[in-house]
Amino acid sequence: MSLFQPTDEQDLSDMLRSADAPVRVLGGDTRGEYSDPATQISTAKMSGIVDYVPGALTMIAKSGTPLSEIEALLAKEGQQLAFEPYRLGALLGRKGSSTIGGVFATNASGSRRIQAGAARDFLLGVRFVDGEGHLIKNGGRVMKNVTGYDLVKLMCGSWGTLGIMSEVAFKTLPAPELTQTLVLHQLDHAQAVAAMSQALGSSYEVSGTVYLCATQSLYLRVEGFSNSVSYRVTALRALLGEYGEQEVLDHDASLAFWSDLRDVSPLKEDKGDIWRISVQPSDGVETFERAGFRTGFYDWSAGLIWGSVAAGTDLRARLGHFEGHATRLRGLSETVPKFQPQPEALARLSQGLRKQFDPRGLLNPGLMG
Amino acid sequence: MQMPKADLALIARKSEILARLAAVLPQDSIISDTGELRAYECDALSAYRCPPLLVVLPKTTEEVAAALRICNELRVPVVPRGAGTSLAGGALPTADCVVIGVARMTEVLEADYDNRYIRVQTGRTNLSVSDAVSEHDFFYAPDPSSQLACAIAGNIAMNSGGAHCLKYGVTSNNLMGVTLVTMTGEIVKVGGAYLDSEGLDLLGLFCGSEGQLGIVTEATLRILPKPEGARPVLIGFDSNEVAGACVSDIIKAGVLPVAIEFMDRPCIRATDAFSGAGYPDCMALLIVEVEGSEAEIEDQLNRIIKIAESHDPVEVRKARDAQDAARIWLGRKSAFGAMGQINDYMCLDGTIPVTELPFVLRRIGELSQEFGLDVGNVFHAGDGNMHPLILYNANKEGELETCEAFGAEILKLCVEVGGCLTGEHGVGIEKRDLMSHQFSQDDLEAQMRVKDVFDPAWLLNGAKVFPLEASERRRLDLARYAAE
Repeated sequence: MSLFQPTDEQDLSDMLRSADAPVRVLGGDTRGEYSDPATQISTAKMSGIVDYVPGALTMIAKSGTPLSEIEALLAKEGQQLAFEPYRLGALLGRKGSSTIGGVFATNASGSRRIQAGAARDFLLGVRFVDGEGHLIKNGGRVMKNVTGYDLVKLMCGSWGTLGIMSEVAFKTLPAPELTQTLVLHQLDHAQAVAAMSQALGSSYEVSGTVYLCATQSLYLRVEGFSNSVSYRVTALRALLGEYGEQEVLDHDASLAFWSDLRDVSPLKEDKGDIWRISVQPSDGVETFERAGFRTGFYDWSAGLIWGSVAAGTDLRARLGHFEGHATRLRGLSETVPKFQPQPEALARLSQGLRKQFDPRGLLNPGLMG
Repeated sequence: MQMPKADLALIARKSEILARLAAVLPQDSIISDTGELRAYECDALSAYRCPPLLVVLPKTTEEVAAALRICNELRVPVVPRGAGTSLAGGALPTADCVVIGVARMTEVLEADYDNRYIRVQTGRTNLSVSDAVSEHDFFYAPDPSSQLACAIAGNIAMNSGGAHCLKYGVTSNNLMGVTLVTMTGEIVKVGGAYLDSEGLDLLGLFCGSEGQLGIVTEATLRILPKPEGARPVLIGFDSNEVAGACVSDIIKAGVLPVAIEFMDRPCIRATDAFSGAGYPDCMALLIVEVEGSEAEIEDQLNRIIKIAESHDPVEVRKARDAQDAARIWLGRKSAFGAMGQINDYMCLDGTIPVTELPFVLRRIGELSQEFGLDVGNVFHAGDGNMHPLILYNANKEGELETCEAFGAEILKLCVEVGGCLTGEHGVGIEKRDLMSHQFSQDDLEAQMRVKDVFDPAWLLNGAKVFPLEASERRRLDLARYAAE
């Protein structure tokens, strides 16, 4: 196994042009799992912030820039990545630091996705090198841009299968002045889903909805200016009065809870395969039951379920046909694919696109169908 | 603006093409009469007109598929059409094409308030989507100015925005799933009532692809609970620079207004005369709107006013109630109409980094002198999406061309300062030939390779988006297919 670490776009382009065998694409190597000993290309040496304009809410960074470095700089200006990317390093037992390129390549969106949007909604522009070594740019650094096809979204969540990103431009947002979390205790799954649905159907702008199965507790986050937060938390308490015991986490306790969650903390003791299932919220409970998760939690108002099963389990066989998709984020299998297989027509189109950007099939073969 | 030469051989086969379509489609869904075809000769970029060979107005996804299959087999170019409100010429036909319009597909298929989505046929107008969920106190967020008339199909094709997308995002941020028919007539479903994609983000790719990858017939759209209330404040300044700096400070301060609209002096004067909105006679005017409960609105407006006051405004007018709010918005909402009363105008749509506003406005003023045409600016300042309106007289020889040359200079300027050619209207034919200012040959090639996957013969809206010389080789292949 050899590891290449290009230092700039030209370097990256030369490597891909001359590559004659499949390569694994890495950022900080905190999100992927591979069984085969292929050549690896890491973006870690293409690091650094290119431009940051707080007044325009935009940042441009080289793809190998550590997420922690970016978040520290944003915090200095009272800003943040509003899609609060989840981190897999702890779960996968990795030492490396997650990179901004890796965050966008995997479209890693956290709890605020339901209110603020996904990683893909914040990515404004990309520069990437395709499988033939062409340097391609798409999008830009402005909030609204419909100039040509949106390859930015296509690249986001493509897990390195279409090209290797060298630089990303993305939208930042002000960090809220105050965060509080309303906690409802002793709810069963169905009650929790009903309460989440009521909260999100209200105008109180709940920005996180998480139900932890182990403790049977539901966490509802409210953020913003102080006056507004107290008003909305009070209103929400009244709205959800019928669900029994209530507790409010103050600012610091709230930040600690939601930050832990970004490391998928409810599953940290588990040793099995970890899956993430996206469904419509009203299918959440049934999906959780069919999955037979040993433990897990609901996020995105039950539209996202994280859970664990014994290593090697074919989760999709348990789920049968369902509207949505399941992705395995920890665990390797020869027979059960990591990503949800697409319907035939979509799979054909996706393969067609992949062939256009990587005709020699060099980039992460075997991933994503 | 050039369009490719029409294929005379295809035009000569009109009756054969008509017969093939008539064999599989209801009789009333095909328009072939020369007079009636005129209604489809242009969209809202009305300086360019060309009646199509035929128009098909299907009522179902299956009928769209049937029509596309035949056009594909006979190698007839197809131009998809929503409500025909494109300002970029996205629905401009060619003389040898079949227009497939979704105007008769307007049904609401499903509204689900627990899961917060609505599924509609895409001929439905933007505003009527919000209307359909309004009594449950929900709304559909993207709100282009043409929302009364424009169709969801066109919104998806162009990835439309609107005044409120500063807070709620544009179409692609609110689109959960589509049914799309490819040029071969294959029906493809992408996404649905759940979030994000199981594989490559094809939904993100379709949105904004200007009808070049397929025809979207159904859409699942995210709906949101209505805010408790909303109110604007109007702030006047004696220079564009100061107003621009104020916008940047508001954004930085962490207040997230739903809209920050900007008008410059020519626009203020024209709209005030037209609408009687009672605007102050100043150099630049901001309308900043916030949402929430009464107390939240008051709190946010006061924060905004405090920021504004550090920039010496000439006027601050906080809306106290709905009536005040309506009066403040009245002028802004009638801005295009007001400018249209003065003269013909061309509306541009470049986006720039917010911090470049003062420089770009000054430069547009200089260009206006050079080209000898007046320009008014009214736009979504919060996200840097500019809408310079260039006034010209269509009846005066050569003035349209001068206006287009002026517009091109402004758009190049947008690109130079780190922005782009179009923020929400799309490229269409209007900005097609400027694409090479923003993109390298490799960048454009990458996009065209995407179209090759969905439409190898380049039959679907092929003369749009890409400079004609860049797409020529691919479109000539089409001629080769036709010859076979």
